[in-house]
Amino acid sequence: MSDLNTQAVARYKNNFLKEVEERVEDGHWVKMCMQCGVCAGSCPLGPAWQHSPQKIFMMIRAGKREEVLGSDSMWMCTSCYNCIVRCPRKLPITHIMHGLANYAHRLDLAPKGQPTREIARLFWDNLVKTGRVNELKFSLAMYFKDGFAQGIKNAMAMQGIGLGLMKAKRLNPMEIVGGHKCKDIPGIHKMVAKAREIEDRRRGLA
Amino acid sequence: MAENKFAAYICSGCGIGDVLDVKGLEGTAKKDGKMAEVKSHPFLCNAEGVQLIKDDIANNGVTHVCIAACSRRAKTEAFNFPEVAVSRANLREGVIWVIAEGSDHDEIRQEMAEDYVRMGCAEVKKMALPDGNLKESSSKRILVVGGGISGMTAALAAADAGYEVVIVEKTGELGGFARNLVKRVPFSGPYAEPQATGVEDMAAKIGANSRITVHLNSTLAETAGAPGRFKAKIAQESGAITEELVGAIVQATGFTPYDVNKLTELGGGQDNVVDQAGLEALAKSANGGVIKRADGKEVKSVVFVQCAGQRGSGGNGNGHHLEYCSGHCCATSIKQAMYFKDANPDVDTVVMYSDLRVPGMGEDFYRSAQQKGVIFTKSKVNKVAGGGSCKVDFKDLILDEDTSVDADLVVLATGQVPNAGVNLDKWTEIVTLADGGDAAAKAQTIEMKKGSVLNLEYRQGPDMPQFKYGFADSHFICFPYETRRTGIYAAGPVRRPMDMLQAQEDATGAALKAIQAVENVEKGRAAHPRAGDLSFPKARLEGCTQCKRCTVECPFGAIDEDEKRFPVFNEERCRRCGTCMGACPVRVISFENYSCDTVGSQIKAVNVPDEFEEKPRILLLACENDAYPALDMAGLQRLTYSAYVRAIPVRCLGSVNTIWITDSLNSGYDGVMMMGCKHGDDYQCHFVKGSELAGYRMSKIGDTLKQMGLEEERVITHEVAITDHERVAKLINDYVAQIQEIGLSPMKF
Repeated sequence: MSDLNTQAVARYKNNFLKEVEERVEDGHWVKMCMQCGVCAGSCPLGPAWQHSPQKIFMMIRAGKREEVLGSDSMWMCTSCYNCIVRCPRKLPITHIMHGLANYAHRLDLAPKGQPTREIARLFWDNLVKTGRVNELKFSLAMYFKDGFAQGIKNAMAMQGIGLGLMKAKRLNPMEIVGGHKCKDIPGIHKMVAKAREIEDRRRGLA
Repeated sequence: MAENKFAAYICSGCGIGDVLDVKGLEGTAKKDGKMAEVKSHPFLCNAEGVQLIKDDIANNGVTHVCIAACSRRAKTEAFNFPEVAVSRANLREGVIWVIAEGSDHDEIRQEMAEDYVRMGCAEVKKMALPDGNLKESSSKRILVVGGGISGMTAALAAADAGYEVVIVEKTGELGGFARNLVKRVPFSGPYAEPQATGVEDMAAKIGANSRITVHLNSTLAETAGAPGRFKAKIAQESGAITEELVGAIVQATGFTPYDVNKLTELGGGQDNVVDQAGLEALAKSANGGVIKRADGKEVKSVVFVQCAGQRGSGGNGNGHHLEYCSGHCCATSIKQAMYFKDANPDVDTVVMYSDLRVPGMGEDFYRSAQQKGVIFTKSKVNKVAGGGSCKVDFKDLILDEDTSVDADLVVLATGQVPNAGVNLDKWTEIVTLADGGDAAAKAQTIEMKKGSVLNLEYRQGPDMPQFKYGFADSHFICFPYETRRTGIYAAGPVRRPMDMLQAQEDATGAALKAIQAVENVEKGRAAHPRAGDLSFPKARLEGCTQCKRCTVECPFGAIDEDEKRFPVFNEERCRRCGTCMGACPVRVISFENYSCDTVGSQIKAVNVPDEFEEKPRILLLACENDAYPALDMAGLQRLTYSAYVRAIPVRCLGSVNTIWITDSLNSGYDGVMMMGCKHGDDYQCHFVKGSELAGYRMSKIGDTLKQMGLEEERVITHEVAITDHERVAKLINDYVAQIQEIGLSPMKF
C-alpha cells in the first residue's frame, strides 16, 4: 500500500464519497447522479467494462473504495462524450472517469499492467523528459513494454510501416540518439513540478 | 297558451344544395313532416338566414323550429332561439360529408337526407320548451367539511369570490395534518429549501373573514336535502346541535397515515422506527436544533424507507398493505432528510427508494437534497430491525447485492388512507340484509353510520360513493372535480393521494364547482355535463308501478322514495342524463325536450323500404358526449360510411329505453347499433354509470330478440371514445356488411 493510500484511508475512514468529492477532479458531481442508467446504456464500450459509470457512482456512495479504485472501467473510457451529452443531470461523466483513473493511479491502486495506464505512463515520461514527444523512442518503449522477445516480435510486425514512414520523411532514425528537445529543459521540469505541487495541495495529496 | 306552429328551415349552403335535391327535401318536410312553414336558404347561419327564422318566430307565431343544416353540435350560437323548441336535422356532417360522392349514390343519399328531415320534424313536434326548475329560494352558502389545508383553501377561495362559507372541523383548531409539520415542501422557485407551512396565516385569515363561520370540535350529524337547500345538522362535542342551510358542500376531510404498526416486516411498532408523522413530531421538539430520538440520543444516521407498505408488490411494500402510491412521500422524505442535514451536515441520511417520484417541480428539490449530501440508494428494503441500533437489510438494485446498513433512526414513508366515510357498496349490502329483517345487519348499519362523514339522508347511503381504494368519488379520467353527488365535491387527499400544493389547487377547483352548483340551482339549470340544461325529469306517477328501478339506477342518487315507494325527484341533484327514463319499464319518466316519444317518433319517421328494395335500415343510437361528436368528426374528415344508417343522438346510453329497440325492430329495421362511452374501472361515461347500465340492460335483450324470432346480432353495442372517428366509420360499414350477410329483417311489411 502506498503512503498516499494509507494516509487517505486514515483521513476519510469509511466516507469514500467525501474522499472522491475532495480529491477527484469533478468528484463533487458524483452525489448528483440519479441512477437513471442513461450513461450505462449510451457507452459504446459498455459490455467491455467491469462496471458502468452508473455502477461506479453507486459503488462510491456505497463506500466500495478498493473495488472502485481497482476497477479497470475508468481506463476503458475512449472519451467519446456520449454519456456527457446524454446525462439528464448534466454530470461531466467522462471527466469524472478520467479523474477517478488519475486518482487510482496516484494511489497506485489502479490495475497493474492495464494497457491504457501503461501507455499513458510511457507517453508522460517520454514527454516530460525533453518537453517534446520523441515518437521513435515512444514507439520502441511500447514495443518492448512486455519484454524483449515480445518487443522484437512487435518491431518485426511493424517493420513495413516504419520503413514507409522513414521513406516519407515522417520518421527520423537519428532521433534514437538524443532527438529534438525544448530549449529550456530544466525550466519544463520546474514547471511540471510546480503544477504537481499546486494540484496536490488543492486535492489534499501533499 | 298560444297554438303550436311548426316550421322547418333547410340550408343549402356548405355544398348541401349541390348534392341534395333541396326542393325535394322541402316537399318532404311539408308532406311527411307536416310543417306549417317550410323555407330554404342558401346560407342559413348567416345574419340574413338567422333573421329569417327570428322574424318567423316574432311575427308568424312559430313555436317549434326544425333546422335541417349542419350537426346539432355546429353553429349553436347562430341557431340559438331560446324562446322556441328547436330540433336539428344533420344534413352536412350526417349526410353529404359521409356518403360517397358520385351519382351512383344520389338515390340513397337523398333518401338519407329525407329521413333526417322527417326525423327532425317528428322530433320537434314532440318537444316542449323546458321551463326550468326554479325554486322560490335557494341558499348560496358553501359548507366546507374539514379545516385542513384543503378545507381552508376552499373556504378562502369561495369567500374571496363573495360566497358565505361554513367550516366544520372535527378538532379544536384549524390546520389539519399540516399543523403538525415543521415545514413543508417548497411551492415556488428555486425549490431548494423547505418552507414554513403557512397554516397559522391561513387560520388567521379565516378568523378575520366575516364571510366565514367556523364550527370547531364539530361533526356533521345529518345532511339532508339537495343542492341549494342542504340542511346540515352540526353536532358539537358537547352534543349541542346547530342547523345550517347551505347550497353546496366541499368535502375536504383529508387522510390518515397508514397505521405504521401494521408494517411489522419493516419494524413498525419497534423502538426508533417511526413514520413520517412521527419524524415531524421529533423534529418539532428539536425546534431547529439537532434531532433526538425518543430515548434522547442524538440521531447521527437516519434511513428513510420509501413506499413503506405502499404500491403493492411493485415498490418497497408488500401486497397486503396499500396498493397505490401516495404521491407526496418522496418529496416529504427529501424534506425531512433536509431537517437533519440543515441542523448538522455530518448526519448520515440515506433515502432508500425503488422509484423516486417527485411530482411538480420536485426534481429541483431532489437535486437540492443531493447537493446537501443526502444519499439516495435505489434498493428494495427487505427487513428493518428497530431498537438501540437499527438495522436495515436491503437489496441494492444497482449493484444487485444483498447488504445492510445500521442507523440510529429509521423513517418509514407510509401512505395516505382517505377519510372518506362509509363504503356505499358494503352499506348497500348490509342495508339490504337489514331491510330483510336481519337484526345483526341492522345493528351493523348503526355501527357503520358512526364512521360516516357527511351522514347524508340519501337513499343511496350516508356518504359519497368510493373508488377502488376507498377514495371519495370523482370522475377520475375525464372530469376529476366531478362527483356522483351533485353539489358535493371532494377536495384534497380524500379524493386521491396528493401533496399540499396539489391539495390547494384541488380545493380551489372544488370551491369553483360548489359555486357553479349553487348558481345553477338558483337558475333552475343542470350542472355538468349538461350545464345550463333547463329540462328535468317529470314522472307521470299515476302510471308508476313502484318498481324502484329509477331510484336504484340513478347514478347521482337524485331520486328518493316516499313511504309508498313512489319516486321523489330531487331535481337539484339531477344531471339530466335520462338514465331513469331508460330504466322505466312503463315509460312514465320524460323530459320536456327529450323523451321516449321524441326518440320513438324519430324512429317511426324513418321510411323503411320493403324487403324487395334490398336496402337495409340500421338504427344508430349514439351518445351525444363522445360517439356523436366522433361521427361528426368522421364527417369533417370526409370519411365515408354506409347510407343505410340513421343516427339519433341520445343524452347517454343509459337513457336508451328498450322500447326504442323493440319498436325499431318491429317496424322493419334490420339492426340496431349503440355507441356509448367506455365503462368499467377506467370508465369514460360522462354520467359515470350510464353506459354500464346500458350494457347490462342490453345483455338481457337476447330473450326479447329470440321471442321476436330475430338473430342476436341485430342489436350490438360498442364503446366509442371521442377520438374514434376512423373507427366509427369502420364499425358502421362492418355492421352493415354483417347485416347484409345475415339477411334483411323478416319484420318488414
